Amino acid sequence: MQSKLVVAIALATALLMSAPGDGFAPSPAYAVEPDEVLDDPALEARARQLSAGLRCMVCQNQSIDDSNAGLAKDLRVLVRERLVAGDTNKEVIDYLVSRYGEFVLLQPRVSAGTVALWVTPIVVLFAGAGYAFVAMRRRRKDQPKTPTLSDEEQRELAKVLKNG
Amino acid sequence: MIVELGHYALILALAASLIQSVIPALGAYRGDARMMEVGQSSSLGVFLLLAFAFSALTVAYVTSDFSVLNVYENSHSAKPMLYKITGVWGNHEGSMLLWVLILAFFGALVASFGRDLPPSLRANVLSVQAWILTAFLAFILFTSNPFARLFPAPFEGQDLNPILQDVGLAIHPPLLYLGYVGFSIAFSFAVAALMDGKIDAAWARWVRPWTLTAWIFLTLGISMGSYWAYYELGWGGWWFWDPVENASFMPWLSGTALLHSAVVMEKRSALKVWTILLAILTFSLSLLGTFLVRSGVLTSVHAFATDPSRGVFILMILCIFIGGSLALFAFRASTLESGGLFQPVSREGALVLNNLFLTTAAATVLIGTLYPLLLEMVTGEKISVGAPFFNLTFGPLMVPLLLAVPFGPLLAWKRGDIAGATQRLYWAVGAALLTAIIAIALTQGTEVLASLGLGLGVWLLIGSLTDLAERANFRKAGLSKGFARLKGLPRSAFGTTLAHFGLGVTVIGIVCVSAFETEIVTSMEPGGTREAGGYEIRFDGMSKRQGPNFSEEVGTFTVLDAGRALGTMESARRLYTARQMPTTEAGIRTNWFSQLYISLGDSAANGGATVVRIWYKPWVTLIWIGTLFMAFGGMVSLADRRLRVGAPAARKSLHASGAKA
Repeated sequence: MQSKLVVAIALATALLMSAPGDGFAPSPAYAVEPDEVLDDPALEARARQLSAGLRCMVCQNQSIDDSNAGLAKDLRVLVRERLVAGDTNKEVIDYLVSRYGEFVLLQPRVSAGTVALWVTPIVVLFAGAGYAFVAMRRRRKDQPKTPTLSDEEQRELAKVLKNG
Repeated sequence: MIVELGHYALILALAASLIQSVIPALGAYRGDARMMEVGQSSSLGVFLLLAFAFSALTVAYVTSDFSVLNVYENSHSAKPMLYKITGVWGNHEGSMLLWVLILAFFGALVASFGRDLPPSLRANVLSVQAWILTAFLAFILFTSNPFARLFPAPFEGQDLNPILQDVGLAIHPPLLYLGYVGFSIAFSFAVAALMDGKIDAAWARWVRPWTLTAWIFLTLGISMGSYWAYYELGWGGWWFWDPVENASFMPWLSGTALLHSAVVMEKRSALKVWTILLAILTFSLSLLGTFLVRSGVLTSVHAFATDPSRGVFILMILCIFIGGSLALFAFRASTLESGGLFQPVSREGALVLNNLFLTTAAATVLIGTLYPLLLEMVTGEKISVGAPFFNLTFGPLMVPLLLAVPFGPLLAWKRGDIAGATQRLYWAVGAALLTAIIAIALTQGTEVLASLGLGLGVWLLIGSLTDLAERANFRKAGLSKGFARLKGLPRSAFGTTLAHFGLGVTVIGIVCVSAFETEIVTSMEPGGTREAGGYEIRFDGMSKRQGPNFSEEVGTFTVLDAGRALGTMESARRLYTARQMPTTEAGIRTNWFSQLYISLGDSAANGGATVVRIWYKPWVTLIWIGTLFMAFGGMVSLADRRLRVGAPAARKSLHASGAKA
């Protein structure tokens, strides 16, 4: 099984592979082969764009555009066949999802299961901003303009003033 | 024998950390100076013991002692010496040993350089460090012993993963760990402050240099890893939003936030509670990263999902430390007094904005990385979250932040003047708009987004310089006086400028390579030529070569500019003999900031034609050069005398007491 991802993992942390010989064999990454490329540059560009968002299912977190696995090649060819047959981008994606499930999409569609994923960044941002704003206002209201001296400091001050 | 001594040293280190976990903290609680002093000697002792253990493993690697299981699994007698040494941490057990060695190193640094810290704070910090050390030493000894022997000893080793046989392995993991683990100091300071229930501006001044040090290393480590992946993997990507990359990126984001909030705390003693929380979160994210990588939960199909007990053990460590510190935080945070007030538009306000966006970005990366795992656990539904998701969410979060960067240093503390700051940024605004307009014109409007991105980069470059120019007051004081004033500015001002400037450099690199790179996928016969980035590239043919532990097929290319040969490039396919594992060695030619990148695919069966991928990557190196600016800015700032822990403070307090007397 080839997997650039594992390689990427290896590189990203350089920790690794305590068990060799368990099917881990990253091979050089080639992705799109010259014989797959469509003649129509506009169609090919669409194919590349779609491929970048589709997961190579036998690899880890890797698109079929980047992967040199056999399955990735099959999928790339399939995407191009559908495009040549006149499918829209959405039709191609729907077709692939119907065959392989949501797992094939690197960018999950909004659904009941993924809504939390999509809204989290927005919620965190606005909740954080709201909290910061409220905290800032409350603090300004609560606190006296100038901090008062503690009793001990008052005594010290009185002493200094008397002696000084 | 040395291997057994190393093992023994590791066990002794665990015992010493156990003592250090309890005695200094107890001393601080009771106010017993002698008990607190234990932390000093034991942190140095633990560091020396671990340094010895690490050396012992290194000796086993250097001498190719295959009776050690770890050496047998990850080394080979024919491996070049450099990789024998770096191979020590190119595997699970060894890398964990490096992890604790660095942890002990930081503990020893606190013990030796923290003489000016209040004794109880120092004692608590060292105890908290020892808790972490104890947990990870136990992890190593019980689940991942690097010193396990193998009998009978095999004749030859299985070699190191070829991908890791690169000078990158010598640099990247140590840097990354120095960063990851360095944040433990900020964490220990935070927990110690919570235990004390006392925190002041001095606390921030002690914590900042440590955080800055860790941040510098993490920045360099991530950047180095990115460049390594770029040249080694052979398809020219420089960031993949891979879970393991994300694992290192999250602490970087929150660590960057921490750096900025610590400034507010030091200067204005505001944001105390938040800074403490960030310190805890940053190290928690480092621990989470360690867990994700070491346990294999994210890559369950793949190699290093070896022993589930390891994952469970780290998960326990994770829960205890994160849960414990957050519980302590919840329990004690209310005792911390908050200080200085400020208006929303002010330096503090700008830094709050910085923190808001950086923390949201970290949260986004976190949820994206963990979501597939959580969803599958809860509903069994399998989804993927990959690069398109992160680009779509992370990008929009970064744009407002980057736009705000030049304003921050120009706003006054407490109450800033946004109109005034904008006025002073007119050069930056002008240069950014001009850049964007020129770029739109040159691309004839086909790359509007990229053109705006370039404008954003220039905005950061000029905007960050504006702060220095304003403080030197060139406009009114004239050149010579301005330079004199520039020389008098604190180094931290230069550090800020350099780091923000570097951010601009990186942005420009990212925009250029994403929008304007050329990629050619083609099949070439010897003698054939292709055009890329204005150069002509001629394929001269394939040849075979033999390396020390690999054989390779090398494709030679000549780069021509208008018919004149500029030089040759070599791109190779290697086969590492011991593991029968192929790799690519991309050919890279750098011309100023741009690079030509050639990677070989399969050869046709009859031998003539070869699949070749050629990329022209305009200004790609700026991505990494920018990070060097950032790290250098951090170093300059670290050299600021204000940050030299304790020294100026001690003198000041001396003056103060002198004056009183």
